[in-house]
Amino acid sequence: MTEPILRVSDLTVRYGRRLATRQVGLELAAGEVLGLVGESGAGKSTVGRAVVRMLPECARVEAGAIRFRGRDLLAVSEAEMRRRRGADLALVPQDPLSALNPVFRLGVQATDALRIHRGLSRREGEREVARLLARMGIPDPIDILRRHPHELSGGMRQRVLLAMAFSCEPSLVVADEPTTALDVTTQAQILRILQGLQAERGVATLFVTHDLGVVAHLAHRVAVMYAGCLVEVAPTADLFRAPAHPYTEALLNASSGAPTPTSGAGGSPRGDDGPWSALTDAPCACPFRARCPRRLAACDEAMPLLREIAPARRVACHLHG
Amino acid sequence: MAPSVRFLATRLALGVLSLWGVSVLTFVVLRVVPGDPALLMAPVGSTADDVERIRRDFGLAGPWWAQYGAFLGDLLRGQFGRSLWLQQDARRVILERLPATFELAVAALILSVAGGIALGLVSVWGRRTWIESAGVSLGTVGIAVPNFVWGLLFIVVFGAFLRWLPISGRVAPELEAPEVTGSALVDTLLRRDPAAVASVLGHLALPALALALPLLAAVFRTVRSDLLGALGEEYVVTERMKGLGEGRILGWRVLRNALIPTTTLVGVQFGFVIGGTVLIETIFSWPGIGQLTLEAFQYRDFPLIQGIVIVYGIAVILSNLAVDLAYAALNPRVGLTS
Amino acid sequence: MNGKLVTGGLVVALLLALALTGPWVAPHDPNRQDLGQIRTPPVWAGGSPAYPLGTDSLGRDLLSRLLWGARVALVVAASSAALAALIGVPVALVAGYTRGHVDTILMRVVDVWMSIPAVLLAIALMAVLGLGLWKVVLAIVVVDWTRFARVIRGEALALREREFVEAARAVGLSPARVMVEELLPNLWPLVIVLTSLEMAVAVGVEALLSFVGLGVQASVPSWGAMIAEGRGYLMVGWWGMGLPMLALVAAVVGFNLLGEGLRERLDPRLPTAA
Repeated sequence: MTEPILRVSDLTVRYGRRLATRQVGLELAAGEVLGLVGESGAGKSTVGRAVVRMLPECARVEAGAIRFRGRDLLAVSEAEMRRRRGADLALVPQDPLSALNPVFRLGVQATDALRIHRGLSRREGEREVARLLARMGIPDPIDILRRHPHELSGGMRQRVLLAMAFSCEPSLVVADEPTTALDVTTQAQILRILQGLQAERGVATLFVTHDLGVVAHLAHRVAVMYAGCLVEVAPTADLFRAPAHPYTEALLNASSGAPTPTSGAGGSPRGDDGPWSALTDAPCACPFRARCPRRLAACDEAMPLLREIAPARRVACHLHG
Repeated sequence: MAPSVRFLATRLALGVLSLWGVSVLTFVVLRVVPGDPALLMAPVGSTADDVERIRRDFGLAGPWWAQYGAFLGDLLRGQFGRSLWLQQDARRVILERLPATFELAVAALILSVAGGIALGLVSVWGRRTWIESAGVSLGTVGIAVPNFVWGLLFIVVFGAFLRWLPISGRVAPELEAPEVTGSALVDTLLRRDPAAVASVLGHLALPALALALPLLAAVFRTVRSDLLGALGEEYVVTERMKGLGEGRILGWRVLRNALIPTTTLVGVQFGFVIGGTVLIETIFSWPGIGQLTLEAFQYRDFPLIQGIVIVYGIAVILSNLAVDLAYAALNPRVGLTS
Repeated sequence: MNGKLVTGGLVVALLLALALTGPWVAPHDPNRQDLGQIRTPPVWAGGSPAYPLGTDSLGRDLLSRLLWGARVALVVAASSAALAALIGVPVALVAGYTRGHVDTILMRVVDVWMSIPAVLLAIALMAVLGLGLWKVVLAIVVVDWTRFARVIRGEALALREREFVEAARAVGLSPARVMVEELLPNLWPLVIVLTSLEMAVAVGVEALLSFVGLGVQASVPSWGAMIAEGRGYLMVGWWGMGLPMLALVAAVVGFNLLGEGLRERLDPRLPTAA
């Protein structure tokens, strides 16, 4: 079996006193799409940003490694990271309006990566990006590139951001909730475009989202996070058919509208010592126990470890051994 | 009408309105004087006839609406009257001295904007170090202290103690030459006389700096706070994600955003710089219209006072217009572009 | 408690203390001339202990004049700021709440008002009105009330869109009551910050006017007048001009720091310039 293009191991990131991720480990094979799901605050965006080393200044990586093509990205210099960003590694951000520089024309912004990494001129770069945009179904891409971000719709902006991300043919793309800020119709369009780009170029994709329904068609495998911990990883079909972790089950029910024991949409999990307070130190118990409908005595005493229960399936739950 | 043309037209119309307002204010203030204006203007020892003549000559006779009509008519023809104190046509005196004030104000503007931006960049690049704290403290002091205090401070330090720079006049007397463009700097550059250029720059340095300091400090603080704010913005993440280097390119990409609120600030504050020429010119014996102002008021020289106030009013209004244009050019959402 | 607030507060408190106790602490009558002791240096530079900070060209004690000058500065600062707020805030409330034509007209008036350079207008007013402390206050208010108007109007405009204002209007409260009971309580922090900053400006303008001889009467000690006076014998010594300049800088910076500190404490998002 070939070495995965991305291997995250033991990633522990702290914001001030709070642990955002706790010993998270996952792999991504070349050309594979991994969906990383969880509610807001679960730490999924942190993982995504850590992979491209774009964590905010107040974040501290306490432990872990992020191996991309064998090199630990957490250990390389900033100059080396810069060589990779935009070329081999790309990010598709969440809010297309705030993610674009408001005072520069899109032609300037969209051709940066091509000019820096491929040495193209602005004109050549614009032709290249225009070609990409045309394939996304935009009728007059050159005109789009002449404009400023505020002149375009959200869907259009996100297409430009996608074109920017894929322009230098990266081998890994981190998509950080790329459709959350869009309306439902546009979401579907963008997802289709992303899927097309990913499939045709065989780009490994880490797709971060809080919406399970979004990854259902797109992802080969899904990883579920709760309170900074990875709680389940499985091939998509298996996960949807037979979720192993109670939290995954709750998420699935939430997507389909059935009543769940979780709190309301996207709010911080409730519970006597919900994950927020527990995340300052290593816990000695399962973080989900307060909301779990199938809680056992063991859940209060020991943190469940991620364990393989079937080929390519891992779960961190006392229910499974 | 295209939005940008409409924008310009509105600003222009407002400018004219403001100018009219200035004229009204000038007219009112000069006639609200307690006592008889003509009497106040008349030199000591004038007879009643002299006073009457003054009253007629300076449009102080008749009902107020007639006075204002005459006043406005004169203004529109660019006539301010004859200065009693200087025994010359007021307009000529003002126009002769105007270039000096203009040069000083422009120098102060360039200093404050360039200096403020440069210092802002430095303080953000050096953030979380002593550079930042030093900058912030200086910024607060710079904004608070009035420009004439800076001027006096420079005079004491450089005139009395250090003697590095001259503290009066525009150029060393032995290097004087007839004016060509009105700008001493341009003249000396045209003459290719390095000694004269150095002398002019040296004389310009202290008054321009004193005039510029409060605005410089304000620009510095705005640029710094906008740069810091912008660094937290999502688009900076995107820029970095393309592999753009921190210092060079990021500096421009982010600074360009920060220039927008900076332009607004300059627009609001530049009127104070223009008004500051009155005191700075007086302190540094700079031969512009500011130097004339205090004495004109002292001598109750109505024509001169009127002329000076109107000219200053025009200066402020024009500079506001220029700033509005700059803002529209810089901010794509207001859009003179596209 | 942040650094600016503490420093600014201390300076202002000190100023206040000196101003209040001035008449009793001052060793001499500030106008008392001692023509045998003109232009003497401070006690540490060879002067006499009777005049700890030296004397001016008429033999008047600099320390006493500085203390009385503090009173003048504070009185002018407090009154101008209060009056400017009294005029500017209602105008701003009406403009921000009513919007439409009333707002446009009021703001045009403010724009025209601000087209005349402040210094010029102040000088013109004082030239017309004559010398006097309360005339100085009037001049400052006339020149600078627009600062309050502009900034508060902006904030009022933003507040007006909030739900509690809509709710109040829906209940049927009259515009005046909405302005006073809903908008004003939310604007207090901004008014307080602006007042402190305005006091800094007022101290500066009073000094400027007195410096050119168009401020308070000659019989009233003012830092600005002292600076002008001391400038005359700069070659003899720096203290005649330097000491009042120091006092002025301390006061202006103090009020500024206080205003900035208050802003950071109360709500860092508040705008302090229009």
